[in-house]
Amino acid sequence: MATTNLAPTLPVGATSGGKGTGPRKKMKSFYPSWFFIPAVVMYVVFFAIPTFASFYFSLTRWSLFDSQFIGLGNFVQFFQDPQLWNGFIHTFEYGFATSAAKVVLGFALAVILTGPILARGYLRAIIFFPVLISTIGVGIMFKSLLDPFHGMVNAVLGFLHLPQPGWFTDPALALGTIAAVDIWKGVGIATLIFMAGIVAIPNEYFEAARMDGASSWAILRTITIPLSRPAMATVIILSLIGGLRSFDLIWATTGGGPGFTSDVIASVIYKQYQAGFYGLSTAGNVVLFVVVTAIMVPLSSFLNRKTVEL
Amino acid sequence: MKRARTIAWIKGLVAIVVTAVVFLVPFAFVLLQAAKTPDDASNLTFSWPTHWQFFQNLRDVLATNDGLIWRAFANSAILTVGSVTIMVILAAMVGYVLQRKASRLNPVINFFVLAGLIVPPAVVPTIWLLQGVGLFKTMFGMILVEATFGLSFCILLFRAFVGTIPRELDEAAVLDGAGPIRLFFRVILPLLRPVIVTVIVVQAVAVFNDFAGPLYFLPGDENATVQLTLYQFQGQNLSFYNLLFMDILLITIPPLVAYIFFNRQIVAGLTSGAVKG
Repeated sequence: MATTNLAPTLPVGATSGGKGTGPRKKMKSFYPSWFFIPAVVMYVVFFAIPTFASFYFSLTRWSLFDSQFIGLGNFVQFFQDPQLWNGFIHTFEYGFATSAAKVVLGFALAVILTGPILARGYLRAIIFFPVLISTIGVGIMFKSLLDPFHGMVNAVLGFLHLPQPGWFTDPALALGTIAAVDIWKGVGIATLIFMAGIVAIPNEYFEAARMDGASSWAILRTITIPLSRPAMATVIILSLIGGLRSFDLIWATTGGGPGFTSDVIASVIYKQYQAGFYGLSTAGNVVLFVVVTAIMVPLSSFLNRKTVEL
Repeated sequence: MKRARTIAWIKGLVAIVVTAVVFLVPFAFVLLQAAKTPDDASNLTFSWPTHWQFFQNLRDVLATNDGLIWRAFANSAILTVGSVTIMVILAAMVGYVLQRKASRLNPVINFFVLAGLIVPPAVVPTIWLLQGVGLFKTMFGMILVEATFGLSFCILLFRAFVGTIPRELDEAAVLDGAGPIRLFFRVILPLLRPVIVTVIVVQAVAVFNDFAGPLYFLPGDENATVQLTLYQFQGQNLSFYNLLFMDILLITIPPLVAYIFFNRQIVAGLTSGAVKG
């Protein structure tokens, strides 16, 4: 038996006095702490220092070469200027809308794709593929497809005698349209994660429930949904982090426009950077930092609480 | 039973039609646009090209701006290979020791790993720092920044995978006289192969597709990555939609190839948190 080889490693505490350390403990020196050093140096230099520096520079008027302390001026401007304030509100709307849609759609698709269905491989591949392609490419693609005058979508709508809105050019629609494209691009990853979660549920549960004559709705409600909780947590956390920080798609489609109607904090940061207001841009970064951590830290500890107990 | 099968068939057919409209039509549009003449493409209609010139467009897009796209592909390749190599090696070292050795440092490190996943990078201060160390607008600086931003995710994957390798293996290697370095590079690292492939593919796609990073930290035409050429193309050549879409097509090829060959590893990497939480 393999255990006989391991026997000496087990009773470490019992043989105190003699050599003091069992082989298990001696092994510690074979896991050198300096293995951390290269990663820690990179993390500190390129991530931690800029993050801490951002707290200071957000309080300054800053030209990269010299900075002048102005207290909370940048933050006051950020929350008073309606254009910047809009970006703040839109960040929440965009983050929560895309995340909720990805959870609901992703879960529905995962339930369908893990059940008996034709061409599962094709469906899985086609739903997932947009996740892998360039966000800028997707943005350009949909800008053409949703073009108010020539785009395919409006051509179809016109054919059906339905209104043909300016998807990216109507201030009331722009942010929602971008969110819809974001969902189109990202739902595949949510589906995939939910599928992995559902497949991991032991089959006996489903069989036993079916034996007892449970309807498929009852099975979904009492088995599939509660037992895919870890997958649910992963999807919510990942999609919300991505949604609150999202920039690429917005910049590739509307650039925050028309006007400022589809700006989010991340695009405000870029615009202020382009305009040379580095202090204000960094203040935006600090606001984004606070928003993301204030939402994600309580949320992820709440979502993970149950699974830690198991 | 027969009825259930018919329902499954109908569901499948509906799903195929719906996904074809929602997902395939946009890709078909890209293909058609890439094959049209400039006038034809600038209409933006979903139509059959009046005149097919797919290969001429391909040649044209490769030749525009003195072959900028070649340089962009080379830049993207260097950036991707460089940063992913650093990520794999450094993250494997951290994930390994983090999983193997119980230490008072571990909670601190775990906290910072999670912070690296959640906290959005502070962009202008990062530019300020890169300028301070003389790495702003350099490929080397960009590689280090991308590698840093990807570290946290890789560390989590490696830590989870090292947990599945029995410690008895380490002890056997040590008994055979291996030192810490040999133990890691000769014994552990080869065993990490499945997760290394996952990390490489997932992160390579992420870095290759990254837009905001090079936009902020690697400006300048000679350093342009493929994503930036696409963005600049969109700004300049509004009368050359055919070339723009050909560019999209070209840029989609590397992730497509990665997906075809490493489908399973990509799925494994992206769903690693789904089962255990």
